[in-house]
Amino acid sequence: MTEHRPHEFALQMVNIEKYFGPVAALRNINIQVGRNEIVGLIGDNGAGKSTIVKILTGVYRPSSGELYIAGRKVDLSTYSVRKAHEYGIETVYQDKSLGEKQALWRNFFVGRQITRRFGFIDVKKEKELANEIMLNTIGFRGRGITVDSKVSKLSGGERQGIAIGRAMHFEAELIVLDEPTVALSLKEVQKVISFVHKIKEGGKACVYISHAIHDVYEVADRFVIVDRGEVVGNIRRSDVTLKELDEFLLGYAHGLKDKQE
Amino acid sequence: MTTQSSTNRLRSLTASLSKVEGLPIALVLVVVFVAFMITAPTVFLKPGIYMSFFETIPPMLICGLGLTLVITAGEIDLSFPAVVALSGLALAWSYRNLDPIWGPYVGIVVALAAGALVGYTNGILVARLGVPSIMATLAAQFFWYGITILLAGGLQVALVGIKDHFLHELLVGRLFRGQVIGGQNFPGLPVQALWATALAVLMWFILNRHTFGEAVSFIGDNADVARVMGINVERTRVQLFTLQGVMAAIAGILLTLDIGVFYPTQGNYLLPVMAGVFVGGTSIAGGAGSIVGTYFGMYIIGSLEAGVVATTISGYWVRVVEGAVMAGVVVLNAIMGEGRLAALSERFRHWSTREQRSIPAHMTMEKPDEVLK
Ligand SMILES: Nc1ncnc2c1ncn2[C@@H]1O[C@H](COP(=O)(O)OP(=O)(O)O)[C@@H](O)[C@H]1O
Ligand SMILES: [Mg+2]
Repeated sequence: MTEHRPHEFALQMVNIEKYFGPVAALRNINIQVGRNEIVGLIGDNGAGKSTIVKILTGVYRPSSGELYIAGRKVDLSTYSVRKAHEYGIETVYQDKSLGEKQALWRNFFVGRQITRRFGFIDVKKEKELANEIMLNTIGFRGRGITVDSKVSKLSGGERQGIAIGRAMHFEAELIVLDEPTVALSLKEVQKVISFVHKIKEGGKACVYISHAIHDVYEVADRFVIVDRGEVVGNIRRSDVTLKELDEFLLGYAHGLKDKQE
Repeated sequence: MTTQSSTNRLRSLTASLSKVEGLPIALVLVVVFVAFMITAPTVFLKPGIYMSFFETIPPMLICGLGLTLVITAGEIDLSFPAVVALSGLALAWSYRNLDPIWGPYVGIVVALAAGALVGYTNGILVARLGVPSIMATLAAQFFWYGITILLAGGLQVALVGIKDHFLHELLVGRLFRGQVIGGQNFPGLPVQALWATALAVLMWFILNRHTFGEAVSFIGDNADVARVMGINVERTRVQLFTLQGVMAAIAGILLTLDIGVFYPTQGNYLLPVMAGVFVGGTSIAGGAGSIVGTYFGMYIIGSLEAGVVATTISGYWVRVVEGAVMAGVVVLNAIMGEGRLAALSERFRHWSTREQRSIPAHMTMEKPDEVLK
């Protein structure tokens, strides 16, 4: 990723499949995310949204299929979370983003530490940077929270703030938010939403996953609907009202129920 | 208002004190030794007993340093006693069967390699095959201990003449032996205590300042988080168990050199070493380990038995006193652990000022920005 050739898509997943043992979690997944597009990924619990996220962020290796980042094919045999970071992909998970018993400054840099010789961490520099992120990017002030505080002392909103601040600091091309608003207060949810708006304004791309359909509707340019490991809908926001989208999802669920019976 | 400011001062004092790693356990160590000095002054007011602690405790401590990291990662290792035995045998065999000058050097290399091998296979079982570490390392303890006894034919092996070897001097020699201190001959400071301290410093840096130690802490905290943050969880676990195998081998080498005899049972201190680590405040839940705590904790555990015996308390009471001290320290850790003490004085402040409160708790000055909005 040395030079920057013009590319249309931040991300393309082509015919991605994922098996856990004999069980197919994902089948024939084709998803594109434009360079400056917010894609809302919607679907029931267990539909496969998080599995899609984990494949594109290098946590899981797909069983088959192809992945393109910024127009370039990714070598899946060597793809990893570190590589995804290098390619400018950042992820904010619902709850699995932070080490509870670890200091905040460690949580900012774990997995890509600033090191001196022999892999020893440059603690001073990491703390300085973490402090800067907290003050300038996240805007934590005078709350009795320092870079030395343990994550376990933070509220849900503050935790999400840390995870988002981390994603912002590393200047991602594509930010993935996997149910970032679960267990947040309304005010905190609003902060997450405004963060997604900022991604759009900053010219970057985003994959946004949430159960709160009106939140997704507010921020997304396009909706990709996943059901039982398959993409079953791909709708532009301009083609649908919130009510219609809601009805589509409900109708879809009912339709499936009818089929089962 | 006076209570308020004094409790505030207490609060900030306790908060900053609880930040000093291993402080409570160091204080306990001091208390234990003061108690021994009072109850057995003839023994504990002379350097001899301390020098004997510096001889016997270092191998336990070195095992405990590795075990601290293993437990911090949320795992356990029950097989290090077998490694202490196996590595001692490797050294003894090399000394007896190879050249008496360079044989011990080969022996050390073989012993370290044996420890690394046992640790590595443990790591593979745990990380790659998914066997819970308590079962994998229990099996390993039986297996490698069995192999050691088989190879040794169940016998001890004397390393005749090893005390004249340079390695003996370097690793387990005595410093300042025979110097007159306070009208008495100083028995000499066992060098292994210095080596163990150096290893403790190294392990502190590895746990607290190295990417490997950070990976270990995050894995013990939550392996899923570690994975999505880009830590190679499986590889780190294999490296961790390998490191623990090497640490146990170092302990075995020092022990065998020091005694000058290999005993098949020489590493039988699984429970005391575990006690030392837990007394030191390392959490069984994983994610938080203290090398400083293990250092002092091991000296407490290692000196209790000899100390209690020296007080001439009836033999039946020795274990009771030991158990009581351990329980006391573990409870102390639970109270003083990570911010607990600060929380306790916070609660005290709350109790002492409750009557004066007239505004709801969520509108106090603790969150001024929320009030402004
Ligand atoms: N590591 C795993 N091993 C086995 N099955 C898994 C694993 N991760 C997810 N699954 C399965 O894959 C399916 C999709 O899960 P997930 O992607 O978490 O759904 P969602 O995020 O949409 O709720 C579920 O049936 C889940 O049980
Ligand atoms: Mg999910």
